[in-house]
Amino acid sequence: MRHGTREYTTWSIAIAAVFVFAMFPVLWIVSLSFKTPATVGDGRLVPKEWTFANYNALFSGGLDSPLLRPLINSILIALIATTIAVAIASLAAYAISRLDFPGKFVVLGGALAVSMFPPISVVGPLFDMWRALGLYDTYPGLIIPYLTFALPLAIYILVAFFREIPWDLEEAAQVDGATPFQAFRRIIFPLAAPGVFTAAILVFIFAWNDFVFAISLTSSNNSRTVPAAIAFFTGESQFTSPTGNIAAAAVLVTVPIIVFVLIFQRRIVAGLTAGAVKG
Amino acid sequence: MADIELQGITKRYPDGTEAVKDLNLKIADGEFVILVGPSGCGKSTALRMIAGLEDISDGELLIGGQVVNERAPKDRDIAMVFQSYALYPHMTVRQNMGFALELAKVPEAERNRKVEEAAEILDLTQHLDRKPANLSGGQRQRVAMGRAIVRDPSVFLMDEPLSNLDAKLRVQMRTEVSRIQQRLGTTTVYVTHDQTEAMTLGDRVAVMRAGRLQQVDSPRNLYEQPANLFVAGFIGSPAMNFFSADIDGDRLATPFGDVPLPHRLRAAAASAHGKRVIAGLRPESFEDAEIAHQQNRQGGHEFEAEVELTESMGSEVYAYIRLEGDVAESDELAEIAADTGASEVPGGGTSQVVTRLSPETSVRHGERARFWLDTDKLHIFDPDDGTSLGREQDVVAAAPSPAEARQEEAAPRAPSA
Ligand SMILES: Nc1ncnc2c1ncn2[C@@H]1O[C@H](COP(=O)(O)OP(=O)(O)O)[C@@H](O)[C@H]1O
Ligand SMILES: [Mg+2]
Repeated sequence: MRHGTREYTTWSIAIAAVFVFAMFPVLWIVSLSFKTPATVGDGRLVPKEWTFANYNALFSGGLDSPLLRPLINSILIALIATTIAVAIASLAAYAISRLDFPGKFVVLGGALAVSMFPPISVVGPLFDMWRALGLYDTYPGLIIPYLTFALPLAIYILVAFFREIPWDLEEAAQVDGATPFQAFRRIIFPLAAPGVFTAAILVFIFAWNDFVFAISLTSSNNSRTVPAAIAFFTGESQFTSPTGNIAAAAVLVTVPIIVFVLIFQRRIVAGLTAGAVKG
Repeated sequence: MADIELQGITKRYPDGTEAVKDLNLKIADGEFVILVGPSGCGKSTALRMIAGLEDISDGELLIGGQVVNERAPKDRDIAMVFQSYALYPHMTVRQNMGFALELAKVPEAERNRKVEEAAEILDLTQHLDRKPANLSGGQRQRVAMGRAIVRDPSVFLMDEPLSNLDAKLRVQMRTEVSRIQQRLGTTTVYVTHDQTEAMTLGDRVAVMRAGRLQQVDSPRNLYEQPANLFVAGFIGSPAMNFFSADIDGDRLATPFGDVPLPHRLRAAAASAHGKRVIAGLRPESFEDAEIAHQQNRQGGHEFEAEVELTESMGSEVYAYIRLEGDVAESDELAEIAADTGASEVPGGGTSQVVTRLSPETSVRHGERARFWLDTDKLHIFDPDDGTSLGREQDVVAAAPSPAEARQEEAAPRAPSA
């Protein structure tokens, strides 16, 4: 396709504007993370003196360091929640898209209702329940609420994907001798892969970024995740704010998400546009 | 290898639709049976019940002498070719064809050998490592066939396997399907709405209409001795001409004049003296009178009519003539016309008659010409229920063995469109 020069220029300017608008806060955080405590407030985008002290401080002291343990917690909790959510959501979505059972719409509607609940409203009761059940400050204590809130979304995405897969394929598999589970695992699930990845990414990001549950349902590095841990950062002295450290942690926390998204980017794009064009 | 027996099979869908009603059919081991009928008549439903993809509401299904009503598809030892092919898009041709064997835990070496053997038969060898998306329609169709062949099942089920191909490829694959079935000798049930396909492929053809079986017979018998108006109108292209006629002793008063009834119809006519019936005559039972004389054809009846249109096909000429008498009227006919597409049933609402003449004919459109018709080939039908009168009833009886049926290969087939 050929574009006129004017059109080209207009688009370039528009794209540049969006890029700057989106990237400026990110660049600012990156810049802050390389500044010394003395220059944090100087308002310059490019630090006058570069320092890695903010990053070093986050990891000094090994497992007792401010960030290492929370980072591990975050990764494990988000991965476990994602895995379980995708597994359960695909089975549920498969049933909803394929079977005619009474109460199908109640299930879907209920799932939607759950995801509309403001998380903050359940945090109080959960705190009490988790204390009583011994789940307070444990991995399951966070994974369970994450599942509750992420599953509806995952189910919705996957139902849409499963509906796209022709019935015939499954019947062909049945005739070929597959049990229903084999048909699901060998035929349906691989074909819904883009949907599965899309759902996985969204659940992962939800769990990774959560602050409300993490801050309320944890009390130590046993299960505290990064967003909550950052809130507990202290400055070098009572009178310095930990701005540089927070910025460094924010940069580090964003990196895994970017890597994750980049790896699966093509799948996600395929996922988000699936169904637009019939294959 | 197995025979199939349907005993009073009925399908009621949850919404109350009776898609198949009391279907009785015996299919011999190794036989190639076609289920044919207009769209929506329940062919696919019947096939899917045999496959086990659809529950049977009533009746019993036996495969190899055993009742299989309650068996899952995978326990029926059947292979099915779907209209959409239903190839697994994420697998290569090799994996598609080997999937069933893999599930059956056939060792990889043997699996590969079988897949390659089937690929050889189907001319797919160089495409084994491609994905279905990169194949042409014809190749996909062959992969679908291959997936069925590889398993060496006791029954093949095919649901309109050729309907997604273009006309030329369809004819080519039709021969292919026939060749493969004869080579393997596997019991096959094949569903199609295309009567030409039905007539050219099957040992026996079962004609269905609105969920009911109309007639099961060899293609030749279906063509020559249709059991009722529907079969007569559905089988053959162009379709049989229908017109009103009155029985008068041994003669029949038709729009073409008074014609003598053939001997085989006289007994039936005697019991229906004075009755108005629907008479039927196929296009090829007409001829240009001049040519009929030259060929010295015996019997028959001559009449004059105005030619409305001629179509020369090279090997034959179709001349459309206008009937001067009554148009055949019957609820049955009107329904058939609706079932098969009004224009395809002459007499079904129109008074035009299609005749097929030798190519040497000098008949021109817009002129009056003399025609000859073969009175021996007349069919008469009861206008109330559409049944054929004076038909030899005993021809339906038992399923012929495939060997016998194949000897009938020489039988005249419906002229293909
Ligand atoms: N799942 C279903 N529920 C209700 N009615 C159905 C269903 N499937 C098919 N039918 C009806 O059953 C009849 C026969 O369908 P089908 O066997 O597919 O016809 P054919 O293959 O001969 O075209 C049709 O009238 C169709 O509308
Ligand atoms: Mg069908």
